[in-house]
Amino acid sequence: MDIRPADLLPIWLGKLTLLALRLSGRRGTALPGLVVEKLFPRFLPRRLAALRHGVVVVTGTNGKTTTTKMVATVLGQRYPVLTNDTGGNFVRGVLTSLVMQSSWLGRSSAEVAVLELDEAHAVRFCEVYQPERLLLLNVLRDQLDRFGEIDTTAQILGKVAARTTEHVVLNRDDPRLVALAPGLPAEVGYFGVAPELRAMFPTDDELYGGPVRIADQPASAVLESVELGLTTQVELTVAGERLAVELRAEGAHNAQNAAAAAAIALTLGLDPQTIAAGLLAVEPAFGRGQSFSVAGRRVVLQLVKNPAGFRQSLRTVESLRPAATVIAINDDYADGRDMSWLWDVEFASFLQGKSGHLLTSGSRAADMAVRLRYDELAVDGVNPELAGAVDEAVSLVKPDETVVVFATYTAMWHLHQVLEERVG
Amino acid sequence: MTGLTLVHLYPREMNIYGDTGNMLVLRKRLAWRGLDATVVPVSVGDPLPADADILLGGGGQDATQGDIGADFVSRAATLRAMADDGVVMLGICGTYQLFGHEFLTKDGRRIAGTGVLDVTTTGSDTRLIGNNHVESPWGRLVGFENHSGLTRLGSGVQPLGRTLSGRGNNGEDATEGAVRANVFGTYLHGPVLAKSPGFADELLRRAFARRGDPVELAPLDDSLALAAAEVAVGRPR
Repeated sequence: MDIRPADLLPIWLGKLTLLALRLSGRRGTALPGLVVEKLFPRFLPRRLAALRHGVVVVTGTNGKTTTTKMVATVLGQRYPVLTNDTGGNFVRGVLTSLVMQSSWLGRSSAEVAVLELDEAHAVRFCEVYQPERLLLLNVLRDQLDRFGEIDTTAQILGKVAARTTEHVVLNRDDPRLVALAPGLPAEVGYFGVAPELRAMFPTDDELYGGPVRIADQPASAVLESVELGLTTQVELTVAGERLAVELRAEGAHNAQNAAAAAAIALTLGLDPQTIAAGLLAVEPAFGRGQSFSVAGRRVVLQLVKNPAGFRQSLRTVESLRPAATVIAINDDYADGRDMSWLWDVEFASFLQGKSGHLLTSGSRAADMAVRLRYDELAVDGVNPELAGAVDEAVSLVKPDETVVVFATYTAMWHLHQVLEERVG
Repeated sequence: MTGLTLVHLYPREMNIYGDTGNMLVLRKRLAWRGLDATVVPVSVGDPLPADADILLGGGGQDATQGDIGADFVSRAATLRAMADDGVVMLGICGTYQLFGHEFLTKDGRRIAGTGVLDVTTTGSDTRLIGNNHVESPWGRLVGFENHSGLTRLGSGVQPLGRTLSGRGNNGEDATEGAVRANVFGTYLHGPVLAKSPGFADELLRRAFARRGDPVELAPLDDSLALAAAEVAVGRPR
């Protein structure tokens, strides 16, 4: 990217803010972006417009972070990539990434940006910059206390799609997304799963008893098979070519995310073999199935945010065979204050006889315990204190055994830090 | 003693905020006492069982509420007769609104209700969202409200309780929910019965009493539920 004198000031300012944060021992991703956003509102669109291959926005209810990591890693096989993998899932986080990845002289080698944005921030981002590409994963019920209704969320995504200039890639198996396709200015493509796998990936309506609907849209990347174990073995058909890939990100949902990443990569001219090599290199994203070794025990941290994601994550218990399971539910704003969603998840079939010791934690540890009780699952401990609950679980299991921790957003962040300290 | 017949109205369409959990709570609280129950889901076009003891309905999305609205309203006379006959009913959010006389939308459309409860709802631009609880004769009712319809009570119903922390029926008169004899309506999701075990048992007790089988419900260990309610009451809205 060429140096523009006008960009030097915002980059320096951003970098100095970041430096000041680091020196004071804080790890913010929003503040440098906020400073630049306020003082230099044109900096972001100008820098993004200079990227040779433009911007890919990844959004949807579930799988954004892992899929963004997949897309960035796959595209990284071919192009230098700018991405907001610091957990800054919003416009300011993008700015911070831009500042961090530029040199003090304003140089950046990036040719394409892969940006994870939640639904609301994606709309705000599109007002500042019209992305070249958009990958829409799914619309499921999540944080209804923030967005109100799932149909409202779909409308928000429709606005983002309408602002996208070149390619929109949709999940053909989500009817709320397919309905967005007509009239879009960009070229529309699809990813999907084979009909015989459809039941593993219920849409929101199917989760609640609606009939399974088989899509007829042709998809450029299709998940053909998935085998769960310590790693996830998947077969994909990408641009007509059959690929076998081993994913380190656990769970069937990540196999579906791999198909999504492959479909968007095709629109940037990558060939199937390069895509396969990229997917193989993807590591679990922050708190999404990450493993920690604590006192010789393996602790796996799984973010849970909503019923569909929770169900998919609970499936991993089958292959992880934990000796203890902790479910940590916080109810801060970022987690969602409403606990109703815990009742949209059926726990018995995933955990009965498979969870090992079962503990609940977080500010709503008691709510979670009540939920499990009504599924006739015996709870061994209710400890709202997060670190204490995980320490207890670790102490209950033998060396080499596994503890699985399911945690809502703020609980996951806290426990990630705790577990990094415990690894020492 | 034969088991209770629990009717679940539109379990697929009206289920958005975990309200199906109310059915699970009632079922388990019967099962833990060795009492039987049959759950009958009733969707568009299905007949309402004549032997219904308890009828539950949850909240839906605005669009879905439109889909089932005509079917719901076509049952108005039947539902009113059942209510007069003492069938225990609990309508949450969207079902509560449809239990009322009508729903006047923001753009002035009039959607007919069933008139089971003497309440009327008008649409608004703001959503009332947050933790909420009320004190009732059956203990503290604890849940979460999320609605844009504002409901006003007529003289034929009593409020379920006074809102202590939330916005309640309409954000103005500090009332939450409505009750007439054995029919209850409320905006409390949660699901409300999970953290309000006294209310759950009251519904069961009334259902048995109406059938002429008054039972002494054996006490259950509800310490977890009451602890969870206590936590919820102390959390930010």
